[in-house]
Amino acid sequence: MKHEGRKVYMVSGGVTKFAKATPDMDFRLRVKKAFDYAMKDAGMTLNDIDGSVASYFSDHFQRQLMSGIMVQDYLGLTPKPSKRVEGGGATGGLAFQTGFEEIASGRMDTCAVYGFESMSHVNTWKGNEFIALASDTNFDYPVGGFYTGYYAMMARRHMHEFGTTVEQLAKVSVKNHKNALNNPYSQSPMNITVEDVRNSPMVSSPLTRLDVCTMSDGAAVAILASEEKAFEITDHPVLVKSIGTGTDTMRLADRPFGKVPLLPNEKSSDYKNLQYPGVHSFRAGRSAAKEAYEGAGITDPLEQLDAIELHDAYTSSEIQTYEDLGLCKYGEGGQFIEEGKSNLNGKLPVNFSGGLLACGHPVGATGIMQSVFMFWQLQKTIKKHFGNDKLQLKNPKTGLIHSHAGTGTYVTVSIMEAVK
Amino acid sequence: MTINPQAKMEETQIGTEVYSFDPLVVKSHYEIDYIHSYAQDSLFFTSLAKKKLMGSKCKKCGYVYATPRSHCMMCGAETEWYELPKEGRIHSFTTCYFGSEEFLKETPFHLVLVEFDGVNSLFMARLIGADAEDLYVGMPIRAKFRRNLKISPTDVYFVPTGEKAKRKR
Repeated sequence: MKHEGRKVYMVSGGVTKFAKATPDMDFRLRVKKAFDYAMKDAGMTLNDIDGSVASYFSDHFQRQLMSGIMVQDYLGLTPKPSKRVEGGGATGGLAFQTGFEEIASGRMDTCAVYGFESMSHVNTWKGNEFIALASDTNFDYPVGGFYTGYYAMMARRHMHEFGTTVEQLAKVSVKNHKNALNNPYSQSPMNITVEDVRNSPMVSSPLTRLDVCTMSDGAAVAILASEEKAFEITDHPVLVKSIGTGTDTMRLADRPFGKVPLLPNEKSSDYKNLQYPGVHSFRAGRSAAKEAYEGAGITDPLEQLDAIELHDAYTSSEIQTYEDLGLCKYGEGGQFIEEGKSNLNGKLPVNFSGGLLACGHPVGATGIMQSVFMFWQLQKTIKKHFGNDKLQLKNPKTGLIHSHAGTGTYVTVSIMEAVK
Repeated sequence: MTINPQAKMEETQIGTEVYSFDPLVVKSHYEIDYIHSYAQDSLFFTSLAKKKLMGSKCKKCGYVYATPRSHCMMCGAETEWYELPKEGRIHSFTTCYFGSEEFLKETPFHLVLVEFDGVNSLFMARLIGADAEDLYVGMPIRAKFRRNLKISPTDVYFVPTGEKAKRKR
């Protein structure tokens, strides 16, 4: 599979500050705020937008079908083309990639990808129920009915298989909450310790409250454009170099025990006795990375990437994702965080924004939020948008964004590149 | 024909619960009964009444699933029903202290992924009869069945066999 289409650039972005509940605005107004921010930043008007993609996960939260068209309507984008894209937690990443395809195919020269979720319409435990409806409702929902429970079993198996420790998981939480201290958009910036994480209430062993992200209200917008249009709009667009998407079985229990699909920096002898993916790893994440790396010519991700925003709905999934993305070998994810390699000042900063753990996770907005933060990072405009430059990396060239659904059922990886 | 300019909507005492006035936040209730068919997976549920745990075996490639699956994901061929062993081992586990609203009252509960000899995939279930600190990967466990069915995958659950672990995946 090769991307033979036109080059796609991101030209602007906007994000609302994620919060537990914002009843003073509904989803339309929230998207409008993020959209206007992005449009103003790029000096664009409605006439400059050819079409859009709407990104939201659950119809249950609002009990409103076709929320997408209500946003399209509110933004003043009717009668332009639009569609809704949905794929659980990866909804944002999938919508971003759909926007990419609209431009790459030549159908549109500019495309607004807008994402939102309003989770505050129900209490936290009802919200967990809605999210759990994204597990097989015949077999998994009635037994577990709780995503943290599913992830806890995967984390436990990772610990069993590779010796990963709960302290290593906690370090992810410490890092991401700390990074968020300098991100004004984040929902829960915190200066915490490994002990704080372990002493917070146990949700599903071994995952505590601080190993798990929160529910949020929020919206995010990414504006994509063709090469010609991109350079008309801005002097410093960011190239979306390639995209990759992977999938896996709905039921965690159905995952096979086979061989690792190898990245160029790995060899089969690395994994002689590893049965893959089982429930310790995300095969969809690996497939997505493999496709995206092939499209971007990445053969050594740790050396070639400068920043990553990945889907850390759980601390354990950040560690599992280091491995899926080939930043280290399978089994070395715990060590990767332990050695500080993913810290802001480490070898390859991961979730400089604070990630889902600290920024919040308004599902449909999340994957798009990642693209916006990465866009600003590669544009080197963090100071302008965050009001401080503490999270601005020195000279980032290539970034990776990673969006993830279910127990690893849909995963997207997109590679973004600074053009100057 | 009726033309009545004095027509008036009947007043009732059924009101709306208001949480806040500015912004105006109200309670909105919703519930529904579905006519849900287990369709091709029906036999899995009816077998639980006979204290049998039914998985699937591919007629073509022989892959054995610990879950009902009428077509094989490895080769696309049709599968046949396959009776799973009653005994297996914990492949992974957790204890949930919180949960979805529907299950909150059942917390804390243990969730396990079960591995069986001769079966290629796992089975997710509840486990009782052990404390959180007693659970371990490889623990031998046995399927038990409810007498009064709920027609739910929780009609089967697992308990420790009481034996020590011999081998594990």
